[in-house]
Amino acid sequence: MPDKTILSAKDLDFFYGPAQALRHITANIPANQVTAFIGPSGCGKSTFLRTINRMNDLIPIARVTGSLTFHGRDIYAPGVDVTALRRQIGMVFQKPNPFPMSVYDNVAYGPRTHGTCDRAKLDAIVEDSLRAAAIWDEVKDRLKKSALSLSGGQQQRVCIARALAVRPEVLLMDEATSALDPISTAKIEDLILELRERFTIIMVTHNMQQAARISDKTAFFLMGELIEYTATERLFSMPRDKRTEDYITGRFG
Amino acid sequence: MTKRKPAEVSMQILFLLCGLVAVAFVLLITAYLIAAGLPAIRQVGLASFLFGRTWDSTNETDPRFGILPLILTSVYGAAGAIVVGVPIGLLTAIFLAKAAPPRLAGLLRPAVSLLAGIPSVVYGLVGMCVLVPALRAWLNLPAGDSLLAAILVLAVMILPSVIDLSAAALEAVPKEYEEASLALGATEPETWFRVSVPAAKSGIAAAVALGIGRAIGEAMAILMVAGNVANMPSLLRSVRFLTTGIAIEMNYAAPGSLQRQALFSIGLVLFLFIMLINILLSLTVKRGKEV
Repeated sequence: MPDKTILSAKDLDFFYGPAQALRHITANIPANQVTAFIGPSGCGKSTFLRTINRMNDLIPIARVTGSLTFHGRDIYAPGVDVTALRRQIGMVFQKPNPFPMSVYDNVAYGPRTHGTCDRAKLDAIVEDSLRAAAIWDEVKDRLKKSALSLSGGQQQRVCIARALAVRPEVLLMDEATSALDPISTAKIEDLILELRERFTIIMVTHNMQQAARISDKTAFFLMGELIEYTATERLFSMPRDKRTEDYITGRFG
Repeated sequence: MTKRKPAEVSMQILFLLCGLVAVAFVLLITAYLIAAGLPAIRQVGLASFLFGRTWDSTNETDPRFGILPLILTSVYGAAGAIVVGVPIGLLTAIFLAKAAPPRLAGLLRPAVSLLAGIPSVVYGLVGMCVLVPALRAWLNLPAGDSLLAAILVLAVMILPSVIDLSAAALEAVPKEYEEASLALGATEPETWFRVSVPAAKSGIAAAVALGIGRAIGEAMAILMVAGNVANMPSLLRSVRFLTTGIAIEMNYAAPGSLQRQALFSIGLVLFLFIMLINILLSLTVKRGKEV
């Protein structure tokens, strides 16, 4: 069965002022799979991730050319509702960043902002999201406690729950485990494999073993270019490009 | 253990002395206010001093020393200044810290600081020459000197500290919080009001408390616009504050008279008010830090 494409980039260029950060990126990202972006620091993998939910809009000097479509519709077309886009494409950040509020209020933030105020509905969304993020059992007795009182790994799973609570289709994870200890990292990796059933996951990671363990497809970026993008097994066992091979065998990066 | 050098020791003693001077002044003022303020309260009676509704200190046959009108005027005046000034100040702070293009913010910020540097007598003068006649004309009053005029002047006077402190608190909110909110599909204004302001709430509370302190303690500007009749407070009538009550009568109160002692008692009440506000302030800041 061919993969169903959910996101598609064609000749995508990205500039920070005069500096070009992405060059002619062309890639189709399949639905309900885990896609990993790897590459050395500054290679453009995070920049590409942030063009997908238009978080780069926050940088005044940023500029995008080429096309990037989500379900066939151009993300950068004039008149696109960015907030609606971000509701469909959620994001989890490198450093756990729960709001300085209770666990409950963190998870309920998105639905509340989008107009859900019915208590019973919110309760259900919060519980579902926390269960989906595999943190419900750890926090169910402390929903009213500050999210900042949790451990880093727990905070990150609360952040994942918070992102899931607005029912996105795609979840972008920007090195979401790099600030965590190995046990917390393993928990989140297991979680990603579960979430794959219901969401499309795109993750940036600087950890090649992580990409090899949990992703279906892997894209290797170098100096703003997409060097190689294929099934994860294939990329790690028989890379086509010499540069990919050098990187995954640890010759640089 | 090495022995400390004599220069080091003497510097330390110097710093200690400087620190003690400030503390000594606070203690001295407190002690003096208590000593000077208590006799009149004793003579008039605490209840009839604090809750008496008539202040008529110069009546030769039957002087009255009830400061309830003054207390309420100060409380209403400060509350009114907060109600008018804080929303304006907070919105300005949000604009400066979050919304304004950097260049515009760079222009507005010094302007706000300039507002803080204007002497209060100038505020009073402008209030007296512009605001008071305008109020009289708009509202068709016999005189524009009123609690309302004082509230408006105080509201402008607390703006700079409310804006500066709130903007600093808003700027200190970690960018990660705002990014998380935007990534969930919140708009920028939603993010400011639902994430940034709550995250900066202890700083904003400090700004408000500082504003209250300034409003309660201000004398000169409101002396010039409030009319200074010791009425029970009402928005459009002439009123007298705790501060202006002291300032007006101190000049002609005979030394040693009950009138003069009563003015010191007003000072004591004012002092306790400010202390109370400071205690509440440090409590809110502390509680804000724990969350």
